[in-house]
Amino acid sequence: MVIYGTALLAFCMLVGLVIGQVLGILLGVGKNVGGVGIAMLLLIVLSDWLRRRDRLPMPTQQGVLFWSSIYIPIVVAMAASQNVIKAASGGWLALLAGATTVAACLALVPVLSRIGSNAADSTESPRGDEP
Amino acid sequence: MTWLTHLEAILPGQDSLMAFLGKHSLSVLLEKNSLVTALFLVGAILWVSSFLSRKLTHGRIHASAIAIFFGLVLAYLGGVLTGGEKGLSDLPLLAGVGVLGGSMFRDLAIVATAFGVRLQEFIATGLSGIIALLLGIFVSFLIGGLVAYAFGYRDAESITTIGAGAATYIVGPVTGSALNASSEVIALSVAAGLVKSILVMILTPLVASRIGLDNPRSALIFGGLMGTTSGVAAGLAATNEKLVPYGAMTATFYTGLGCLLGPSLIFMIVELVM
Repeated sequence: MVIYGTALLAFCMLVGLVIGQVLGILLGVGKNVGGVGIAMLLLIVLSDWLRRRDRLPMPTQQGVLFWSSIYIPIVVAMAASQNVIKAASGGWLALLAGATTVAACLALVPVLSRIGSNAADSTESPRGDEP
Repeated sequence: MTWLTHLEAILPGQDSLMAFLGKHSLSVLLEKNSLVTALFLVGAILWVSSFLSRKLTHGRIHASAIAIFFGLVLAYLGGVLTGGEKGLSDLPLLAGVGVLGGSMFRDLAIVATAFGVRLQEFIATGLSGIIALLLGIFVSFLIGGLVAYAFGYRDAESITTIGAGAATYIVGPVTGSALNASSEVIALSVAAGLVKSILVMILTPLVASRIGLDNPRSALIFGGLMGTTSGVAAGLAATNEKLVPYGAMTATFYTGLGCLLGPSLIFMIVELVM
């Protein structure tokens, strides 16, 4: 049933958020630390386990795939709910702080990628386009 | 014309139909079903965007990039019309946009993108992800702090708070209130974080090929360096949907780590320097 897949997804997200919240409390942050990331790892591990035991029929998969395929519309709705006015109202300081940080971090992406690949490429299989 | 009399029997009379449209009952109906209204609106935005993407840019600019840009423009208009903080979704008619684009559905969809990803790909790039996270947080604080200094702020609390805002718009106010920064500085830090998030949404698809953002490892690094979950989520969606889980994975750790390091280690460093 399709709902099994969606329920699996919901389960992973809830468990991840609980772990992230506990992590946040333990670190004294009061914010969720990586809950969504932990949920993603959990979904990867659980679905892999189910797939290997042949417990992941197509309808179940569709219950998850629907939500990943609705991702872009959700992101568009998210963009439409941003506080764009406030971003524009912060004046030059906010604009400059935001823009220079983005520029610097974007420039660092290829630098870090190169360092990472030099260290890891010898042990890894050749990397194709397929993510 | 028996079918017409049948139709009249089924449909409400013309008077009540006019009343339905005239007394704004239609907008009440749309408001009541606001999530459904939002689904329709977003679908329409994506339809127009993919039409423009095909006809005007021959597919060079991704439909989702155009749609996200439209979303931001609409958010601006929504803010102008209502004076609220949640863009288009402050219009009662479109409150559903806020539900659909809120953190609950966004996070559920982000988690769903991980479905089918192989664990080895994360483990293989895990270390560079962690380095990217730490570097991203420190660079953001450094640059945000330098800008604050350039604008005349000299106390460690304000400099750290504005630096925190350059990390994300959540790290800013969390750090600011932990350090007792002034509300003016906290507001600036939120604004800086919002600028960052929106710029990441817009710029990522434009510079993706130049920074080599075309494989899982660079996406993971990108997510860690940028850190703004909404910016990364939208930026990667507009670049290549397949990269989303990798960037989102590291980005979701960023805000928590930033809130941890900002008021503690980074504040101590700023105090030492000042």
